[in-house]
Amino acid sequence: MSVAGAAATPATRVSLRAVTIGAMAVLLVAVFVLTLAAGSVAIPPSEVVGILLGRAPSEAPWATIVHQVRLPRAVTALLAGAGLGVGGLQMQTLFRNPLADPFILGISSGASLGVALVVLAAGTAGTSLVDGLGLLGNVGVAGAAATGAAAVTVVVLMVSRRVASAATVLIIGLMAGYATSAVVSVLLYSGLGRVERVRAYISWGFGSFAGTTWSELRVLTAAVVIGLVIAAATTKPMNALLLGDRYAGSMGLRVRRARLWIVLGASLLAGTVTAFCGPIAFIGVAVPHMVRGLLRSSDHRVLLPGVILLGGAVALIAGLVAQLPGSDAMLPLNAVTSLIGAPIVVAILLRWRRSSTAVMT
Amino acid sequence: MAALVHGGDDVIPLRTESLAVGYRGSARQQRVVLADLDLTLARGELVCLVGPNGSGKSTLLRTIAGMQPALSGRTLLGDDDVATLAPPERARRLAVVLTEAVDVGVMTATDLVALGRYPYTDWAGRLSPSDWEAVRWAMEATGASALADRQVVELSDGERQRVLIARALAQQPQVLALDEAVAFVDVPRRVELVQILRDLARECGLALVLTTHDLDLAIRHADRLWLLEPGDPRSTLHVGGPEDLVLAGAVARAFHSDEVAFDLERGAFVTTPAVLARVAVVGHGHAAIWTRRAMEREGLAVVDRGPLTVEVQQGSWRVVTPGETTEHATIAEVVERVRTLLPALAEIPREAAPAPDPPPSAPA
Repeated sequence: MSVAGAAATPATRVSLRAVTIGAMAVLLVAVFVLTLAAGSVAIPPSEVVGILLGRAPSEAPWATIVHQVRLPRAVTALLAGAGLGVGGLQMQTLFRNPLADPFILGISSGASLGVALVVLAAGTAGTSLVDGLGLLGNVGVAGAAATGAAAVTVVVLMVSRRVASAATVLIIGLMAGYATSAVVSVLLYSGLGRVERVRAYISWGFGSFAGTTWSELRVLTAAVVIGLVIAAATTKPMNALLLGDRYAGSMGLRVRRARLWIVLGASLLAGTVTAFCGPIAFIGVAVPHMVRGLLRSSDHRVLLPGVILLGGAVALIAGLVAQLPGSDAMLPLNAVTSLIGAPIVVAILLRWRRSSTAVMT
Repeated sequence: MAALVHGGDDVIPLRTESLAVGYRGSARQQRVVLADLDLTLARGELVCLVGPNGSGKSTLLRTIAGMQPALSGRTLLGDDDVATLAPPERARRLAVVLTEAVDVGVMTATDLVALGRYPYTDWAGRLSPSDWEAVRWAMEATGASALADRQVVELSDGERQRVLIARALAQQPQVLALDEAVAFVDVPRRVELVQILRDLARECGLALVLTTHDLDLAIRHADRLWLLEPGDPRSTLHVGGPEDLVLAGAVARAFHSDEVAFDLERGAFVTTPAVLARVAVVGHGHAAIWTRRAMEREGLAVVDRGPLTVEVQQGSWRVVTPGETTEHATIAEVVERVRTLLPALAEIPREAAPAPDPPPSAPA
């Protein structure tokens, strides 16, 4: 099968890629509409499109359901999927490691620490203000997660500016992650927090696209857009980094500066998404592999749009599955993304290996 | 072909001024490997940088390529210091090929060579028609055109290094620095690659410097050698034509060891085992040459006349001793026969050397 791929002329390969990217876009639109249609109140997809276009639906409450509940959730999933996918792509290239994801620099652990501190401190203060974890509670959680993620990232970035090798940066990030996770465990089990506060922390850790309001979405959208712009502006350096730091430097890339921008962009994407949605596993690892396999390319100029589209689609699908269609129960989002992501990563790596060794022998 | 390499005839592409290379430990501690280097690399020449392991070949190459800071002194590319030149401009003057394997994922050879246009393309890395022209030229000049649509992961070591040389060439540099770039390539392919590099130097006016541990290759193909002789506290660098350095004994000194000696007639290092016996090899042609080599490997001194004679004939060999003559079809059989005769023949004990153990007798 690889032989056929290798024999294809550049022209047919390019048009094949265009078709594949087009198919990803269609998939994204389809699952987006489906997300707005499905739920405890089923709304026909045609009505959903009508509501989005500003027409009055045949049943008045539908407009409110779509606008106030489902649309923020769908947009959150879309942004989260695109952001985590692109962050994963950046980290995999930067560290030349297929298992790297946007959390590799300790971002999710930092966010967890921030959330743990806020939730537990609020708990010990014993005020009834945050009891329902309503709007105020959510903003507090998101803000704490963002602060924690940013703090760990800044520390890792400052250390990594003094380090020449990307592998060392990776190890520093992992160590920072272990250290913050340990602090979180100590906080949780030291009995400082009340049981319901610990439970709130744990439910944040399950991950969810449902908690964002329109005002929070503005922050999330702005951060993800800035992150994606940085990613788009660094596609050329990332292509050079495919050859390793030394070759990239010999071709005129200022390696440390490029690394700083790439890490900054990925941290912004992953940190903000984690703040609002919790630490969502596997989308960052799996989606870049899926796109590489589908587009048969490592060129970031091709991969980036693919990862944005497929990342959004995968997150929306995971959100749909987590809602357990036909029931009121909600599955933890992290369980769903892991169940989808783990087999996909294994399958892709196995196929990749087989096709390349089959040609070599 | 030549039109695609930049630079005028009057510029020296690379030279060093009192360059010292080595490693900085802490702020005050540094290990100087080589010092006071005033080297030049001219257009159209292939220089091989050779020396024993640990003499500082790669350190010197990386320093002049601007990949490692100099301890003192400087390297000039044209008129500009390599350390202060803006990276994209440096990349337009000097390109490198390294030993390290590249793991690029899903990428064709053409795409890999096209990455060499990095210092010329816009922020998005788009290639203009003239960029593609340079990519095509680089692949043709290195004989990599047939590999154009192949995936890089599917290439053999030799093919991959060829593509990586094409990638470096696509940078259209004046200087090409190769760090053990042909180390993992089999010998015929290695000679082929070095021949390509020579042609590039000649036809395009490129200045090439190549580190290699393959001394024979360097002596045969280099215009000049930069020969590193290890020493205490630091190595010495000898510069000259390969033949001159051989005749002056510099090559023998640089690679000196008690186990091997440089054979001036063959231009190669040979082991110096104790001589067990003497043998005369009678005959002409390639078969006789290779028979002599086999005898030397067995520890026999090849002489004109001896107690043991091997007669090389058309397709067969005769081993003649005063008492007995045997006929053999291969050199391996001759070697086996000679081994059985050795215990009786070992009549020249080396002074102070213990008598060699008798070789194991061949199973019946």
